[in-house]
Amino acid sequence: MTGLLIFFCILLIGIVVVQLGRLTELAVRIRGEGAAQLAANDFNARFGLFFMVVFLVGCFLSSIYYKNSILGYGPHAAASEHGVWLDDAFHLTLLVTGVVFFATQIALFWFAYKYRGRENRVAFFQPHDTRLEIIWTAIPALTMFYLVADGLVTWNKAMADVPETAVIGQDYMEIEATAYQFAWDIRYPGPDGVLGAKNFRRITGTNPLGQEWEDIENLDDQHVTEIVLPVGKPVRVRITAKDVLHNFYLPHFRVKMDAVPGIPTYFVFTPTTTTEEYRERLGALDRDGEPLYPEWYDPYDPAEPDGLKRYEAFNYELACAELCGKGHYSMKRTVRIVSQEEYDDWIAQQPSYYLQSVRGTDADPFKDKLLDFEIKDRKAEFNDNFNKALSSDVDKIIRLKYVNFQTGSANLTSLSRYELDNVVAAMNKYPNLTLEVGGHTDSTGDAAKNLSLSDARANAVKDYLTSKGANADRLSALGYGQDRPIDTNDTPEGRAQNRRTELRILTQ
Amino acid sequence: MASTKIAPEKTREDLLIEEQGFDDHFHDHHHGDKYQSNFIMKYVFSMDHKIIAKQFLITGMFWALIGAAMSIIFRLQLGFPEENFSWLKPLLGGWIIVDEAGIGSLDPQFYYALVTMHGTIIVFFVLTAGLSGTFSNLLIPLQVGARDMASPLLNMLSYWFFFMSGCVMFASLFLSTGPFSGGWTAYPPLSALPQASSGSAAGMTLWTVSLVLFVVSVLLGGINYITTVLNLRTKGMTMWRLPLTIWAFFVTAIIGLLSFPVLASAFFLMMCDRGLGTSFYLSEIFVGGQALDHVGGSPILYQHLFWFLGHPEVYIIILPAMGLVSEVLSVHSRKPIFGYKAMVYSILAIAFLSFIVWAHHMFMSGVNPFISNFFVLFTLIIAVPSAVKVFNWITTVYRGNLRFNSASLFALGFVSMFISGGLTGIFLGNSAIDIQLHDTYFVVAHFHIVMGIAAFFGMFAGIYHWYPKMYARFMNETLGKIHFWGTLIGAYAIFWPMHYLGLAGVPRRYYRFDTFDAFAHFGAMNKFITVAAIIVFALQVLFVVNFFYSIWKGKKVTTRNPWGASTLEWTTPIHAGHGNWPGKIPSVQRWAYDYGKDGKEFVSQVEPLAEGELTDGEGGHH
Repeated sequence: MTGLLIFFCILLIGIVVVQLGRLTELAVRIRGEGAAQLAANDFNARFGLFFMVVFLVGCFLSSIYYKNSILGYGPHAAASEHGVWLDDAFHLTLLVTGVVFFATQIALFWFAYKYRGRENRVAFFQPHDTRLEIIWTAIPALTMFYLVADGLVTWNKAMADVPETAVIGQDYMEIEATAYQFAWDIRYPGPDGVLGAKNFRRITGTNPLGQEWEDIENLDDQHVTEIVLPVGKPVRVRITAKDVLHNFYLPHFRVKMDAVPGIPTYFVFTPTTTTEEYRERLGALDRDGEPLYPEWYDPYDPAEPDGLKRYEAFNYELACAELCGKGHYSMKRTVRIVSQEEYDDWIAQQPSYYLQSVRGTDADPFKDKLLDFEIKDRKAEFNDNFNKALSSDVDKIIRLKYVNFQTGSANLTSLSRYELDNVVAAMNKYPNLTLEVGGHTDSTGDAAKNLSLSDARANAVKDYLTSKGANADRLSALGYGQDRPIDTNDTPEGRAQNRRTELRILTQ
Repeated sequence: MASTKIAPEKTREDLLIEEQGFDDHFHDHHHGDKYQSNFIMKYVFSMDHKIIAKQFLITGMFWALIGAAMSIIFRLQLGFPEENFSWLKPLLGGWIIVDEAGIGSLDPQFYYALVTMHGTIIVFFVLTAGLSGTFSNLLIPLQVGARDMASPLLNMLSYWFFFMSGCVMFASLFLSTGPFSGGWTAYPPLSALPQASSGSAAGMTLWTVSLVLFVVSVLLGGINYITTVLNLRTKGMTMWRLPLTIWAFFVTAIIGLLSFPVLASAFFLMMCDRGLGTSFYLSEIFVGGQALDHVGGSPILYQHLFWFLGHPEVYIIILPAMGLVSEVLSVHSRKPIFGYKAMVYSILAIAFLSFIVWAHHMFMSGVNPFISNFFVLFTLIIAVPSAVKVFNWITTVYRGNLRFNSASLFALGFVSMFISGGLTGIFLGNSAIDIQLHDTYFVVAHFHIVMGIAAFFGMFAGIYHWYPKMYARFMNETLGKIHFWGTLIGAYAIFWPMHYLGLAGVPRRYYRFDTFDAFAHFGAMNKFITVAAIIVFALQVLFVVNFFYSIWKGKKVTTRNPWGASTLEWTTPIHAGHGNWPGKIPSVQRWAYDYGKDGKEFVSQVEPLAEGELTDGEGGHH
């Protein structure tokens, strides 16, 4: 009903306007064409002048009104080193074009007003004026060359890649942003500072970026949910896309670059303002203690008027600036700029994606061997346990936690050898050492079978150790079966503890 | 009703044409008229350039209303994101999603489809076909003194290919997967992969087919325009005596002929990628849970090909408007266009430069930053011929005797818009500043003002000015002036605030702004823009009403040359039949801009030079 009413209202207005048009046409006929035209000239020329004044004043006032939300003005100075250069180029262009804008709009409407058709006026026959034309070709040309030169110097400085001599991880850091419909995956290079190789064919649910795990540079790479960067350090963002075009856009840093499937792109920038500093800037007070930018004192969440204020909750944001499908408007990640110390703390807490989600799974090419750092860690752990047992008077037992067997058999798993190699090394170091290898099972199954299996497993360990050069006379092997549990046999965890291989120091 | 037709008085121009004109024996053969023997041949499959011009114009108006209505729908969503739009369900059906609370909002997928269709329709169907198609057809034969186009048949085909193109595009609006939604630029991989967007399925196929048909239309038209201007100029009509309208249409046709085939090639490769499994634009893509087989292609290659057309395309749109405005301003200022030759050279310079600036749309697309240096240089050089044109228009008004009517007002409005939108181009053409402004609302403001509104203003100036020639009636002046002032104020109200949005970093093509704190706080401005857009749309409806009302009820034209213009179209009869001139075709004695010369209001191009008189803009007398 309301719809119908609105429709009829609009129709009515339309009819009124059309009738008005017809009426004025009649009036023109009565008044005479010439007089009507002169009146129209006067009215429209004056209205044009009026429009010009309102328009230009409006342009000026609205730009003042919006000044503080414009990047490069008010609190929004660029938060990156190159951003300031771009803002300067903008200011210069604004000055030049602003002058031309006001001058030409005024000239256009003023001349139209001044030279509106009047009864006795004769237009001035002026087909051209070579001198004038040369002047107004030359002045724009010179101005444009100046703007081009200034712009290109800025551009080449801002878009310069890191210098060839710069050392990755020291002089600059490299991170990676991968866009897909409709989110970002952010990857940090880990302690080695280098991002590992990727292959889009390797992308799966557990390998969202298609990292090639054979490439050891991938093993320490971290996947993070927010971009955290140390202030003052150049960062080279490697920008990639999985499916369609996207764009890595950081408005506050004046960073923008397409993410192109198949063609990695880069943007190098240096953050200069921490998130905290930017918040302070937004919440700045004037001399009287009043907020300089009151809109930033509004509550961040209108539902919670007493909650955080907007400036306190401010965060830098990463957005997408290339149409990528129906969720284009929602690709957000938070960016945090912090001091170097805070950054170091934060990055130390970010786990390697490989170790957290891939290590030991079927996707892991190193499933059957230990990585260098794991060998080192385990060696240290073994030596620690070994030394404790050596120095202890009561507990002369070393549990070989990393020695394992294939299910139901006495075949050592391939990873067990690393631990056993540590045992051989210890025996070489202490020539008087004699050891007993003890095998234990949990209580599942037949006790007699368990006893013989534990015996076979103890002997398999002994055989391996001797094959690696340990003296068989200094080793004995004994299966204890299920008789000496160290934990409950009622839970899977407890049973796993009870299935074990131990060394006992007999003499040292 | 007059029962007897009084033979119209012969004017001085008639006598001059009889005396000096060229007799091509056109009417001895009647070969023009046999094509007009019945209604279908006269009004539907017409080969008369004047009818074809009207066909282009009215079809363009149809598309303009659809394209503009689409923008109103997506502006409603942007301006009033919390509002209930369930009432649009009868029109849009499933594209309105109703949530549990009963609030209906536009499906984001359809929002992007509307944005895409709006751009495609306005750029190609309205401002290319509707503008160039209308006025090139109408004015080229009339103003060069020709009976018709060089090939009336190709001319007719040009329209009907455009018509077919429109039918295909229209059909795509009703697909269950929706029309194409990947932006009017159709960048792959989004446009190439149905898995990435439902609009890239059948919608994209129809979009491509439609635009290939459109390219055929443009080429058929363009060949004709060029041939006609080069070969069918009447006796005495040297190139330097052509009105600026004709120069603009001529150069526009050349640009179109050189650039549209490249677009067709780009689409051809796209079709191969979509249908035949090639990898021109696609490489290393993982989409829909699957790694595709495409490797080695480059999405950036498409952008190069697209913008090799796409940039000249904006000049294809704006040059005809410039030509129309030059003519209209000169006629109604009662003064020669200032610096005719400079205007021609500017058109030529802009046309040349338009081919070597395309990558300024791609500064942030991943091309080598070094290469951008050249594109910045060439792009900003365009400001020079553009500035010359603006200064010359302003100087044309200077010391004139300006007759204010709808036509001249829209011409003035064009200059104002062209200044405003042109100046923001200096920001965007500068790659350093473009880093920040690229793909923000600043770009939306820039191109809508400089090639959207400005081109529409040029078109309106042309329609109001040549309406008496098309329909032998005037459009209603009062409604025209309401249309002008409302649209001028309204268009600035829509697009001026968008500069501030862009300068605040707000990206274009966002369905909602509230995901990001940085973009979320311009709700009032977005409402304001939407309201202004609705008002401006209503004013365009008013224009359409005025247009059709005036065809039948407008004030009749009683003299052949109501504006006192010197160009040839006003020497034809009020109701010019096929062949334009009833007898001989006129021979031209002087350039098109002898206004206010030697105390005469205007001197027709058929008027012989007086003793010792100089013409072609060289001055008055020896």
